[in-house]
Amino acid sequence: MTQGPLVEMRNITKRFGGVHAVDNVSVDLYPGEVVGLLGHNGAGKSTLIKMLSGAYPIDSGEIRINGQVAHIASPRDSRGYGIETIYQNLALADNLGAPENLFLGREIMTHWGTVDDVSMELEARKVLHRLNPNFENIKDAVRTMSGGQRQSVAIARAILFNAKILIMDEPTAALGPQETAMVASLIRQLKKEGIGIFLISHDLHDVFDLSDRVAVMKNGKLVGVRRTANVTKDQVLGMIILGKLPEEETASDVASLH
Amino acid sequence: MTVSIPENIASTPLSFFQRLTLATGVDTRMMSMVAALVLIWGCFWVIEPNFLTARNFWNLAVQSSVVAIMATGMVLVIVIRHIDLSVGSILGLVSMMAAVLQVQIFTAGAAWSTPVTIICCLFLGTLLGAWQGLWVAYLGVPSFVVTLGGLLVFRGLAWQATKGQTIAPMEDSFQKLIGGGIDGGIGAGPSWVVGVLAMVLVVVFTIIARKRRRRFGFPIKPMAGEIFMLVLRLTMIAGFVYLMNSYPRPGSDVGQGIPKPAIILITVVIIMEFIARMTRFGRYVFAIGGNPEAALLAGINTRRVTVYVFSLMGFLAGLAGLITTARLNAGANSAGELAELSVIAAAVIGGTSLAGGIGTITGAIIGAILMESLRNGMLLIGLPSPLQNVIIGFVLMFAVWADVVYQRRRAA
Repeated sequence: MTQGPLVEMRNITKRFGGVHAVDNVSVDLYPGEVVGLLGHNGAGKSTLIKMLSGAYPIDSGEIRINGQVAHIASPRDSRGYGIETIYQNLALADNLGAPENLFLGREIMTHWGTVDDVSMELEARKVLHRLNPNFENIKDAVRTMSGGQRQSVAIARAILFNAKILIMDEPTAALGPQETAMVASLIRQLKKEGIGIFLISHDLHDVFDLSDRVAVMKNGKLVGVRRTANVTKDQVLGMIILGKLPEEETASDVASLH
Repeated sequence: MTVSIPENIASTPLSFFQRLTLATGVDTRMMSMVAALVLIWGCFWVIEPNFLTARNFWNLAVQSSVVAIMATGMVLVIVIRHIDLSVGSILGLVSMMAAVLQVQIFTAGAAWSTPVTIICCLFLGTLLGAWQGLWVAYLGVPSFVVTLGGLLVFRGLAWQATKGQTIAPMEDSFQKLIGGGIDGGIGAGPSWVVGVLAMVLVVVFTIIARKRRRRFGFPIKPMAGEIFMLVLRLTMIAGFVYLMNSYPRPGSDVGQGIPKPAIILITVVIIMEFIARMTRFGRYVFAIGGNPEAALLAGINTRRVTVYVFSLMGFLAGLAGLITTARLNAGANSAGELAELSVIAAAVIGGTSLAGGIGTITGAIIGAILMESLRNGMLLIGLPSPLQNVIIGFVLMFAVWADVVYQRRRAA
């Protein structure tokens, strides 16, 4: 890659009480690249990413966007840098419809200073139909929608505002095989458009085929980052479970995985 | 991604109510509310024929206005997952302040007395609401506790202001402007003007909304359902004006017309509907109620919105206080006692869910009319006040239970 990194997270640390949820972690992300962030539940993946999306403040360390130091103190700041996040729990207001959720916090307004529901519905239909051509009942409350539809709404919200950096936290956890394939093809398409994507998962198989690199975390620490092309699934599994890099593994370690 | 449409929905024949809902856009919950209201009116009419008279309906309109004005604010408070138990006491304190200002402090008969009193009182109400909102949003004290404290504090302060004495009378101009007494209505002619204006607006808005949806190719309601709803709305407006005009001013055959408190209520409803549906603030209130974490992640300042909601509630309680003062022509320490229960019940009966995120202003108005119909009817058939409270208490519990059942069934 010729360009510099889109995102650099350097020596990031986050403590909750006495616990180091994230301990001196550094990762980066290039344009058009997918970095899979792997680790067990509680490894610190989500916490790390929530600092990038502005949900948690950083205790120490710095974030650079396009080489410039970024000050991210709130979700609004993060969006200002072109960072969009699809949260694991989707973060949708269940009582509202898809258009309201897509534009939440960024409503289209009329000249009169009122919310422009018609324009928002129109935009919402466009973007949702791109993801899901059969999606008609977009004005219904999100809670009445199927898992796939809800996921579509969350993804549509992230791509609607020309994101440069996309964070996807377990994007396929609630989806069936067909919908998962749809998300995979979307990720490939966004990649082509030069968007950098952090793909977070506790399941190696979800992200291995989609990622250019994998970053593995364990107990709040970064185990290591490897090009996906240079490692096998077993080696990555070793990083996740043992917390050791492939070159550090012993034969008995590998045997214990099986 | 494909949508998994359950096939049985398409093939099952819809029930009569489901088809009615689809055609009119009115949900079953709203329909059951209206049915309950008609049932209550019918029962009281059987026991006491005087219940269904123009005179009583006129009184009912005035009584409902006070509760309904506050209920529109309570909808937002409950939608944002809080509660305000202090509205009755804010009403009481503001009412007392209005009387003290006009009778004890301001020059009697001064032209500025009434407007300045009104401004001061609305400001006081807003301030009390904002104060509680700050405690809830920034100090993190549960609204239940903050407003329970407010209930005691404000009522106590109202007593302290005059050592419990009732202060009277108010200025004539105050009485005339806000209404409630003999001149409580706006008169027959102006009432028809208001009524016809309302009807024109309803027709225009229906047509505009339909045209816009068609222009963008969005799904629209069936024509028959639209016309049915339109005719129903127009009939209700005309019926209301006719009814209010049928009650003559005492000692004359001139119609009272729409009571001034009801005019204030209609204005409040229009503004509150506008706020809830058309503004960012309204959108955020519902978003926070639906999922506070999601609202925060969307960059919404949830604390500030919370303070605004409580301030708005305080303002409306202050407005209700002014109407009560005008009706009593006095500031009484007991004004608005237990009003919080009627207001909360009105909101909940009107479909506001205590789980947050769901509620409508229109529903709360019907809820308020229902609550006040009960009170009015029980008074008319001579039920002692403590027994009335027993009934109101049960109605409140029943309404919340119905909401719980409704939510559970929808979740299933």
